[in-house]
Amino acid sequence: MTSHENTPFKVFAKIAGYTVLIGVALTMIVPFIWMVTTSLKEPNSAFAYPPQLLPTEINFKNYEMLFTLVPFGRYFVNTLVVTLFTVVGQLLITSLAAYGFARLNFIGRDTLFVIFLATMMVPYQVTLIPLFLIVFGLGWVNTYTGLIIPAISSVFGIFLLRQAFLGVPRDYQEAARIDGASEFRIYWRIFLPLNGPALATLAVFAFMGTWTDLLWPLLIARTPEMRTLELGLAYFNSSTSAFRQTNWPLMMAASVIVMLPVLFVYIFAQRYFVRGISLSGVKG
Amino acid sequence: MSYTGKIAATTAYLPKQKNLWQRFWSRSNEKVGYLFILPAFLHLLLFLLIPLVFSLYLSFTNWRGPNPQSALFIGLENYEFLFGDRRFWEAMRNTAYYTLLYVPGSMIVSLLIALVMNQKLKGVYLFRTLFFMPVISSWVAVSIIWITLLDPQVGILNYVLRQIGIAPVNWLGDPSTAMIAIVIIAIWKSVGFQMVIWLAGLQAIPEELHEAAAIDGANRTQTFFRITLPLLAPTTFFLAITGVIGSFQVFSPIYVITGGGPRGSTDVVVYHIYTRAFEAYDMGYAASQAWILFAVIFAATLIQVWYRRRQGESGLF
Repeated sequence: MTSHENTPFKVFAKIAGYTVLIGVALTMIVPFIWMVTTSLKEPNSAFAYPPQLLPTEINFKNYEMLFTLVPFGRYFVNTLVVTLFTVVGQLLITSLAAYGFARLNFIGRDTLFVIFLATMMVPYQVTLIPLFLIVFGLGWVNTYTGLIIPAISSVFGIFLLRQAFLGVPRDYQEAARIDGASEFRIYWRIFLPLNGPALATLAVFAFMGTWTDLLWPLLIARTPEMRTLELGLAYFNSSTSAFRQTNWPLMMAASVIVMLPVLFVYIFAQRYFVRGISLSGVKG
Repeated sequence: MSYTGKIAATTAYLPKQKNLWQRFWSRSNEKVGYLFILPAFLHLLLFLLIPLVFSLYLSFTNWRGPNPQSALFIGLENYEFLFGDRRFWEAMRNTAYYTLLYVPGSMIVSLLIALVMNQKLKGVYLFRTLFFMPVISSWVAVSIIWITLLDPQVGILNYVLRQIGIAPVNWLGDPSTAMIAIVIIAIWKSVGFQMVIWLAGLQAIPEELHEAAAIDGANRTQTFFRITLPLLAPTTFFLAITGVIGSFQVFSPIYVITGGGPRGSTDVVVYHIYTRAFEAYDMGYAASQAWILFAVIFAATLIQVWYRRRQGESGLF
């Protein structure tokens, strides 16, 4: 076979391949490099022409300003609180339901599961307005409750964990039952520990989704002290804000702050993230 | 005990036909299951099923603002008005334009990258990590970065274009280019995701098929169009449909970058609904627009379900 030899064509294909990949990688990375270096510039030097991609100066003044000029610390805490409760809530509620749907036989189970699945076809825009009205009626506007509770369960999560729970051998459940364990104990002590990777996948997805959500906080957070990072950043950039036209370095510093935690989670949980995509993506 | 006796003994113990209520209370019905799904069910009921019915009702009223006292049932008036509403159909047309550029554009670019990635080059994982950075990034941060990159005077993109002799473009200020700029950003942000899906499809194609084609004298182009592409059909279909559904729901970049402008050229349907409902507070009418959007997305979903059924897949999705 010739396929393992380095024929001239193979060498050429390799060089061409790397050229394409490096070109694409640069296209993907340059905007982020620009973001970081601009965040370290003086306000005026950001408008230099030709654009300076590599840092000509390094000062962290912009980052200091963020936390004194704008309540970015407060936004950060808000986002942390909302994300933490949403992720923990989703893990708990969806795993409970997943255990019920995967491992318990009760009348109407399959009908209920189909109803759950069918709701995945409804785009969120259809329910957004009444959802806001309900949350408004409950008096949850401009509260953590209003930001957290509507996102505390997810049908996608139930589907994902149900698939994982179905893969646990029947014997584990039967043996525990014979030993007199309650269903809740079996769920808590056997199914949750055995399905760490699936739970991690859901946690990563829930984290990313909540941390970067814009639309719901936009409707619910009415005062600056309830804003999340994403919303704070959007307001920072809004047409009424003085910074959009004049202070790019400050805007970029804010973007860095918003992106860092997500990037951090992504790098450490990449495995789970890619796994989740293949689960949600190609089933056919 | 004889064999026939055994059967008789067994049938004697067969339960009599039970009604639904008796079955509900029988031991084989593991009622604790209801407790397990209760929190998720209540959540679904309160935050999805009730809003869904409520939304349909809203679309038949002239509900304005969050205050319910003034709402009147007006039948189909919202829908009648909607069919003559030029601004709504312009938003639909803008969305269709975005879809037409974005879906094929992102699919072709990501397929090309996936084909290169599939050559089993070293360092592919590093590249995948880099290509994924825009995918995981927040839309708001990415939008702000791109506002500066697309700046007509000092932006990097125009700088690069000038170097290769193309006149600077006022990307976001010109109604004829603003949507194209949004599409470029959206493609840049999503190709990493689509690339992973393509790659999974490519890796599912048996190596022998390509080898057999090579033995039969097919060149690379023929192999790609006659073997690879047809075998990728399920992936192509999946990406096309989810791409269309996603395109009809685009909101964040429009909200942050253009606010629907300049001169309404990037006013897409979800942004339009958002401004109707939460800036003009015309919630009843906005709800009727949302139902039209639902109809479009539902049609796309049904095509997907039909295709999966045809492929012999079970299940709803």
